[in-house]
Amino acid sequence: MKKFFAMLLALAMVLSLAACGEKKDDTAETGSVYYLNFKPEADQAWQDLAKLYTEKTGVEVKVETAASGTYSETLTAEMGKSAMPTLFQCGNAQGLLDWGDYCLDFTGSKVLGEMTTSDFNLTDDNGAVKAIGYCYEAFGIIVNKALLAEAGYELADIKDFASLKEIAEDIHARKDALGFDAFSSAGLDGSSSWRFSGHLANMPLYYEFRDDNVTKQPAEITGAYLDNYRNIWDLYINNASMDKTSLTSGTGDMSTGEFKAGKAVFYQNGTWEYAGLVEAGLKAEDLAMIPIYCGVEGEEKAGLACGTENCWAVNAKASEADIQATLDFLYWVVTSEEGTKMMAEQFGPIPFKAAKESENVFFNDANAYMANGNYTVTWAFNHTPNVDAWRAGVVSALAAYSADQTDANWEGVKTAFVAGWANEYKTQNG
Amino acid sequence: MRKNDLRKKKKDNSDVNSVLLRRSIQKWTPLFILPTFFCFIIGFIWPFLQGIYLSFCNFNTPKDAKWVGITNYVKAFSDPGFGKAFWNTAAFAAVSIVVINVLAFAIAFALTQHMKGANVFRTVFFMPNLIGGVVLGYIWQMIFDAILKQYNTYITANATYGFWGLVILVAWQQIGYMMIIYIAGLQAVSGDMLEAAKIDGADGWKTLFHVTIPNIMPTITICTFLTLTNSFKLFDQNMALTGGNPIVTMADGSKLKMTEMLALNIYSTYNINKNWHGVAQAKAVVFFILVAVLAIAQLSATRNKEVQQ
Repeated sequence: MKKFFAMLLALAMVLSLAACGEKKDDTAETGSVYYLNFKPEADQAWQDLAKLYTEKTGVEVKVETAASGTYSETLTAEMGKSAMPTLFQCGNAQGLLDWGDYCLDFTGSKVLGEMTTSDFNLTDDNGAVKAIGYCYEAFGIIVNKALLAEAGYELADIKDFASLKEIAEDIHARKDALGFDAFSSAGLDGSSSWRFSGHLANMPLYYEFRDDNVTKQPAEITGAYLDNYRNIWDLYINNASMDKTSLTSGTGDMSTGEFKAGKAVFYQNGTWEYAGLVEAGLKAEDLAMIPIYCGVEGEEKAGLACGTENCWAVNAKASEADIQATLDFLYWVVTSEEGTKMMAEQFGPIPFKAAKESENVFFNDANAYMANGNYTVTWAFNHTPNVDAWRAGVVSALAAYSADQTDANWEGVKTAFVAGWANEYKTQNG
Repeated sequence: MRKNDLRKKKKDNSDVNSVLLRRSIQKWTPLFILPTFFCFIIGFIWPFLQGIYLSFCNFNTPKDAKWVGITNYVKAFSDPGFGKAFWNTAAFAAVSIVVINVLAFAIAFALTQHMKGANVFRTVFFMPNLIGGVVLGYIWQMIFDAILKQYNTYITANATYGFWGLVILVAWQQIGYMMIIYIAGLQAVSGDMLEAAKIDGADGWKTLFHVTIPNIMPTITICTFLTLTNSFKLFDQNMALTGGNPIVTMADGSKLKMTEMLALNIYSTYNINKNWHGVAQAKAVVFFILVAVLAIAQLSATRNKEVQQ
């Protein structure tokens, strides 16, 4: 028995020593950075930049990227670990609701001093800057001008919904002769559906909020512009190659692939797609982005939909050293040659003093619309309560409608849209 | 004589039972159990207890939990989605237990009838079990969609397709596994008994129902137990195949996920927002109790039917 105890004690001693040893590593003086990245398409650029920073300063920077559409789950899981992210994304009302306690107040930080605008920042009721918008984005309908010319049209021919519809339907009718279709497929798989339940749904939401002067998350919506939503959705699915009953299995990659391969003239997406499209061999001068026209009065004067969900938040619950390391890293990203270059390439014109000019033609389009005095469509969908669940309901109803485009099925979309909103608002606050 | 002695010694295991050896085995047993026990505590007991504690808390991550009493349980039981998911799961379990066990037994029975190529068939039937649930879910989604496309519809169009799709998927995956267990059971049925039955004039069906099945009752217990718990715990196949779709939004805005089962319901509750993490945890505790009670009840029920060989 004695021997057994001696053995046990020895074991305990070894284990506790090992534990001590580990602890020492944790309290190393230089902190480290752990960035949980939101955008899969920018993953490689972040990895490269992190490596470069580590080579230059010796500070370890780890970048992990959540799979498309799973950011909140991944963030929750990662935040539960002892090595939690020191830098994460907190981009809308819902993010602030969930992670507000974790957001460090940026007030007085060097990186905040580098910003040129506070328009994209998220502040709490006490005025603390909880998250900073590091870039803004624009979305609309991306056009392959070369294909459009092949079909006998030019960009100036598209002025509103009626002209867009005419051209799209004409191209679709001649798709066999032309070798391409009007729209790339509007897949409703999770990797693609956010383009329609999020971005496209922004159109009816934006116009409704504009009319009703809504600036805060409303408990209920009216769906006044849902007929316009139906117009544009019908146009998408009626003038594309994909079968309308199999939209639920259509992925984002399939849609992008069709556009990249020159199989479609129009493709609804945003400025962030630019790098990928050019990499795939499309020429910058052939690309343009036009507003999403859906038949609202006065929409000839619409611009692109500009806004952001991309806000950095620094984890206030991380160690002092890690927080400092993270703030230093951010400062370097927005001021250094390498950092600003990468940001310009990936995110376009960023709201920081040292920002580099962007080659992204979509941003130039966005700016051109603004310069012409067109109104900017703001990101009304950032107000969506319990956003993932609301979108899931809309997508399910959209899929049912697409398979059989009847008025009765459209009622289902309306219910998911309007009644669903009220319900998710209750759930969110319940 | 010497040889005989040795054999005798071996038979009664007296060398292992010798006082000297037994004492040191007893002495060192705790030490050898320790590593596994330690892992069991870290990997099971501790998270389990923490999970129960968290079901009474409002929390975002386990580190910032605040005690809220039974609020989470009240919310969990007043969620219509949870009830819907329960009935979906119960219906699924009932159907899949029957389908899987009947088919697995039938295949096992056929493959033990000394037919040619039985081994090849066994391997082929077992193979689906080696593929992960998520992969299977997506593959079958494509298969079903390709078929349903002929009729201008798709798998998540209505709850019936989703339900039967899931039954087919899970049956396809699990029949091979249960078949192997049934084969082992069938091979253990003594040939003497079957021969005796034949001599007594029992025909094929009589032999099956009065000799074979009573004799493989322990196997049936294991297989029904496994299919029951598997059905209740089903998650990845459910998520990948339908993800709970279609979602029906009622006129009052409340939503029902028509093909969502319990495990997936818990998962999606957790992901609503941080106010719902505790509710999901409460649902998970209820879920655990439910599965435990069902499994124990079912075990004791089938055990009663087992016969001594």
